Amino acid sequence: MTTTSTPAPPHAPHASAPRLLGEPVGVDLARHVAAFGPLPAQHGVKRGHAGPLVAEVERSGLAGRGGGWFPTGRKMQAVVAAAHSARKDPVVVVNAMEGEPAASKDSVLVHRNPHLVLDGAVLAAQAVGASVAYVVAHRGGRSVGTLERAVEQRAARGGDPVELRVLAAPARYVASEESALANFVGEGIGLPVTVPPRVFESGVRRRPTFLSNAETMAHIALVARRGAAWFREVGDPAQPGTMLVSVSGAVANPGVIEVPTGTTMRQILGLAGGTTGPVSAAVTGGYGGSWVSASAAIDLPWTPDGLRPAGGTPGAGVLAVLPSESCGLVETARVVQWMAGQSAGQCGPCRFGLTAVSQDFAALAAARLKGTGLAGLEKRLGIIPGRGACRHPDGAVRFAASALEVFADEVKRHLSGHCSAGRRTYVLPVPAGTVTLPVDRPGEEWR
Amino acid sequence: MSGHVVIVDRIACDGFGTCAQLLPERVILDEWGYPIIDATPVHGSERQHAKRAVNACPRLALSLVKAPHDGATRTPAGPPAARR
Repeated sequence: MTTTSTPAPPHAPHASAPRLLGEPVGVDLARHVAAFGPLPAQHGVKRGHAGPLVAEVERSGLAGRGGGWFPTGRKMQAVVAAAHSARKDPVVVVNAMEGEPAASKDSVLVHRNPHLVLDGAVLAAQAVGASVAYVVAHRGGRSVGTLERAVEQRAARGGDPVELRVLAAPARYVASEESALANFVGEGIGLPVTVPPRVFESGVRRRPTFLSNAETMAHIALVARRGAAWFREVGDPAQPGTMLVSVSGAVANPGVIEVPTGTTMRQILGLAGGTTGPVSAAVTGGYGGSWVSASAAIDLPWTPDGLRPAGGTPGAGVLAVLPSESCGLVETARVVQWMAGQSAGQCGPCRFGLTAVSQDFAALAAARLKGTGLAGLEKRLGIIPGRGACRHPDGAVRFAASALEVFADEVKRHLSGHCSAGRRTYVLPVPAGTVTLPVDRPGEEWR
Repeated sequence: MSGHVVIVDRIACDGFGTCAQLLPERVILDEWGYPIIDATPVHGSERQHAKRAVNACPRLALSLVKAPHDGATRTPAGPPAARR
């Protein structure tokens, strides 16, 4: 395995001026208005027609920061068109769930600038013709209280042109999947439903639903104030703007940073204080994303197209860095076990398939899997994708398959009963009490 | 020639396996007993077998729908599912 070390450069690279995290003002609405300006008025919005902001968002090139990277303006257009043809009022849903254990960007954004997220929700609702916007965060997380206080402040100062409602959804990974979120808002059941129809045409209570990530909404709030041309001033031309990255693992200063899209992993690691030693690989996107080899990805730009040559994805802005002394297969076994446990259990291929993959991976990590077992694992990874109602199994399988590729040398070692790792602590976070592996090392007893 | 394809509602499906018995031309079962479906349109006599399989599903999870032009059975025009 090649290793890459990036100590903090003597002059850390400077990101462009942060847009979303630059001026943390918290729930204080007066300070928010002083920092970002008042909520821009939207004129010429007609029922059943897209407001001017939709075209402006389309021109900005903003793409969804929740992981899909789909053009936000086109999504809004699709909602408006569906509402028009169904003759139903659409609904807006903001996903502030932060379902990824290795991500913290949405809660950091909500904590620092909740009104940017709420402004975006209000503006998007007006632009697509919705009269209510729901903001959904994890039950028990700190975002719920912050958002509620921020909404109270807005109500006390005259309120908004559309209704804002903060909801607390169960802290389950699949609950933040889009059909599950719409199902939760409409029916109180945070489980995925069979698609199609997709939420943009039939979401909350069968209304066309514009559902987007909290960060995306905050960008909309700034596009409405400063325009599409301003938005495109920084970042990659194909997916412009800035993005939030949750950096964790073997870096000196883990946390959330804001960088222009197209920033390289080397620059991102520099901004996070550099690596703490040699690193071998990294998780990109999240636990439904992919491993990349550090040497292959270190100078690639962080965009969906840019990371593809190394098999990576910016996804939800997760970058978790693996130190060279850690075993990527052990880390993967823990994450896959967690992902299997997060299946809603509604679809057989996910419920049984992920469990089987998780057991295979546990055996592989413990260097107990034989060649035939590996063939079985690969076969399972091949038949599961595309066979769930939602994309949860696809993401888990993508993550597991990327590990077999990136850690191919380590796979060989494990098949012959060895593990090269010299470290017994784990890098990738999984929620407490959800994973039973520590995987034992060769020669050690199970448990 | 536009045809019809077999699709399964994954949430409704409980893995009875009737579909694989009645329509082996398009359906095989995975190791857990859940259908793996070949989305090639059914034509001629296959269509009758497909209809029989649809009607025989104890969970009403199987349906016969018009084949989309691009061959994709899951995702119509519109944004891909984002996931957080």
